[in-house]
Amino acid sequence: MPFVTAETLQSNYDVIVVGSGAAGGQSAYTLTMDGAKVLMLEAGRNYSASESSMFRTPDLAPLRGADTPDKPFGFYDATVDGGWNVPGEPYVRASEDHAGRFEWWRARMLGGRTNHWGRISLRNGPYDFKPKARDGLGFDWPIGYDDVAPYYDKVELLIGVYGSNEGLENTPNSPPGCLLPPPMPLVSDHLIRQRAKKLGIPVIPGHRAVLTRPLDYKHAPARLHPGNATAQKILMEDMRSRSPCLWATPCGSGCAVRANYQSTTVHLPPALKTGNLDIITDAMVYEVTLGRDGRANGVNFVDRISGKHRHAAARVVVLAASACETVRILLNSKSAQFPQGLGNSSGKVGRYLMDTVGSAVGGQIPLLENLPPLNEDAAGGDQMYVPWWLYREQHAGKLGFARGYHIEFGGGKRMPGHNTGAGLEWLTGGSYGAKFKQDVRRYYGSFVWFSGRGEMIPNDQSFCEIDPRVKDRWGIPVLRFHWQWSEHERRQAAHMQSTFADIIDAMGGRTQHAVQSDGAKAIASGGSIIHEVGGAIMGSDPQTSVTNSWGQTWDVSNLFINDGAVFASNADKNPTLTIMALAWRASDHILGRMRRKEL
Amino acid sequence: MDRRTTLKWVLAASAVGPLLRQRDARAYSTLTARGYGTDPNLAVNYHPGELWPLTMTSVQRRLAGILSDIIIPADDHSPSASTAGVVDFVDEWVSAPYSDFQRDRGIVLGGFAWLDAEGARRFGKEFVELDSAEQLSVCDDICDAARAADALREAARFFALYRDLTAGGFYSTPLGRKDLGYMGNVPLASFDGPAPALLESLGLL
Repeated sequence: MPFVTAETLQSNYDVIVVGSGAAGGQSAYTLTMDGAKVLMLEAGRNYSASESSMFRTPDLAPLRGADTPDKPFGFYDATVDGGWNVPGEPYVRASEDHAGRFEWWRARMLGGRTNHWGRISLRNGPYDFKPKARDGLGFDWPIGYDDVAPYYDKVELLIGVYGSNEGLENTPNSPPGCLLPPPMPLVSDHLIRQRAKKLGIPVIPGHRAVLTRPLDYKHAPARLHPGNATAQKILMEDMRSRSPCLWATPCGSGCAVRANYQSTTVHLPPALKTGNLDIITDAMVYEVTLGRDGRANGVNFVDRISGKHRHAAARVVVLAASACETVRILLNSKSAQFPQGLGNSSGKVGRYLMDTVGSAVGGQIPLLENLPPLNEDAAGGDQMYVPWWLYREQHAGKLGFARGYHIEFGGGKRMPGHNTGAGLEWLTGGSYGAKFKQDVRRYYGSFVWFSGRGEMIPNDQSFCEIDPRVKDRWGIPVLRFHWQWSEHERRQAAHMQSTFADIIDAMGGRTQHAVQSDGAKAIASGGSIIHEVGGAIMGSDPQTSVTNSWGQTWDVSNLFINDGAVFASNADKNPTLTIMALAWRASDHILGRMRRKEL
Repeated sequence: MDRRTTLKWVLAASAVGPLLRQRDARAYSTLTARGYGTDPNLAVNYHPGELWPLTMTSVQRRLAGILSDIIIPADDHSPSASTAGVVDFVDEWVSAPYSDFQRDRGIVLGGFAWLDAEGARRFGKEFVELDSAEQLSVCDDICDAARAADALREAARFFALYRDLTAGGFYSTPLGRKDLGYMGNVPLASFDGPAPALLESLGLL
């Protein structure tokens, strides 16, 4: 069973998985390794990381690799047929104002957004599953850290995550053997750590899904698949064939040697090896279909090549299409029994959409000028980071905002590109000629940047719904987004700005622009951090949530949501690791219920 | 370049000197070529002019080369900008069929026209015909937007963009990477971090 077409797909699948990214990849992996027959449908084209542009330099690319509307993250970014706008697949914004704007990033390719993501892999902590219990805002999850922790362990062991255990508040340690050693810091990392420490800000190794050494193929398979010799053998071979990091070339190009996590390089190869996985690409799912018994019996999709509408059938349907696309499918799955869309008897499908609060400041550091030549490609970023550190002050109500943020930062002598030497007037006074060349050499590698990534509290004004008029090129109704930040997020963004300026100041550096004290201006627009979650939140009450604690929809017992749509809160921690942990957990649950003939 | 930008340039130049001659209508026409799409082949080497036609005239290209080499001349470390293919890069950039690039097209081609008008106003010659000292005297007045006279503010914005393009076009090549001592983009068996001696010299150990 491998890649199939609309003509060759089977009729006896156990589970349909819609989507092939972090959630779809993990779901297919877990299900097929335990023997379930799975059909995965991906809206975009087939993709292999062997297409990666690794080691290619900007002089070989059009416009020296600069970003364009066709390739918004630059020419060599791995994203295929994706971006803020996908041709033929519009969406609607209820507002174009910065404050009310939501932008939706999509990638139409096998593996989805995992092919280009930042690979930052942080665990949510105990507070992050019970935020309302701490401050009365938002929602608590129906599960706690202890429910998810074993699955964080599994995901880290499987995909390979570097990091360290620091024992800091709400920043969980991993059990022995789960994490790979962190990479060595850059000169700028050392300096940031030293100076931030004087401000009471902890700088610790980052956590990213990059192999800093070979995976433990001898022991990890048995830990992950006890009693399943076939799965162990497949995984052992697959882990052995993954190369550790080559310490060069950006992860966002995709990694042909499989040294970082992409669904296409980590989840799908062993899942395909089981023989239990069929994948159909260019298959745009738009509806979950119901049988007369009120249970899901499959999905309708458009074959994007032929334009024909098709049906695929299975005992269980798992939506893992990304939070908003999953919402769209649910809302477009209308029937006499569910006129408001599937899973929506609570009216909560599409509600409580969340992104991450983002704000950034850059600076120039004289101490880093004129350093000798250094290879600072390193692990591709995030060698170190700052976890949220003001829990006590925040809990005491001293900060004026309720939730925390972590800090990602960078610096170093990165590969020169089409921006190198640009915008130096504030340092050079507008030099040109021989002096300009000296200046570019002097300042190269002396810049640092800081990006805050903070928690947004779900609110009633941030949601998506089906637009009553606009349809995509296949006639499928599209989403309309509504967005609003609260004062908590705006104040948090302003706090980020002043903190970053303080760190840069402590490094003896300077910022080009005055820091933004107005949080409404400091905050990046909704969706732009590409951490959108929520829209079909899990809970313990069918009146106020869409799924139970397993991602099983309250309305349809064999319809599961395995992606970020189920998030009841959006901690500052980047969501992907949690998406994978929850998808593994939900898939284990599905397997158990199938074994018990409950599904 | 759109008509409003053109007019602004013409007015800016004419306010202080002779009317700008619009030497080539094609330079200001809207581009109709298409971009490379959302799924381009990443594995081939591209050269300016392959994906969309280059549109600068030979006169503009000559001026582009001279100005690039004023900004990045040859020195002990590396050759000049034009040697590294910057003129082709600038031409590719201003000819690219994307809106941001077409905005830059208006600024760059308008700026070229302004340089000629300014050369004519000050010295009675187009910019490329000026001697080096004359060329530099024009550049000195527009090289820093923060210090430029009010009447030269637009020209200074052009110069800043052109300097950015020249630098980006130069430093993104093998010659530019070598100039900056870039050591990366090679596979390593291990990443050992900066040498302890360096960290010690910076007070970081």
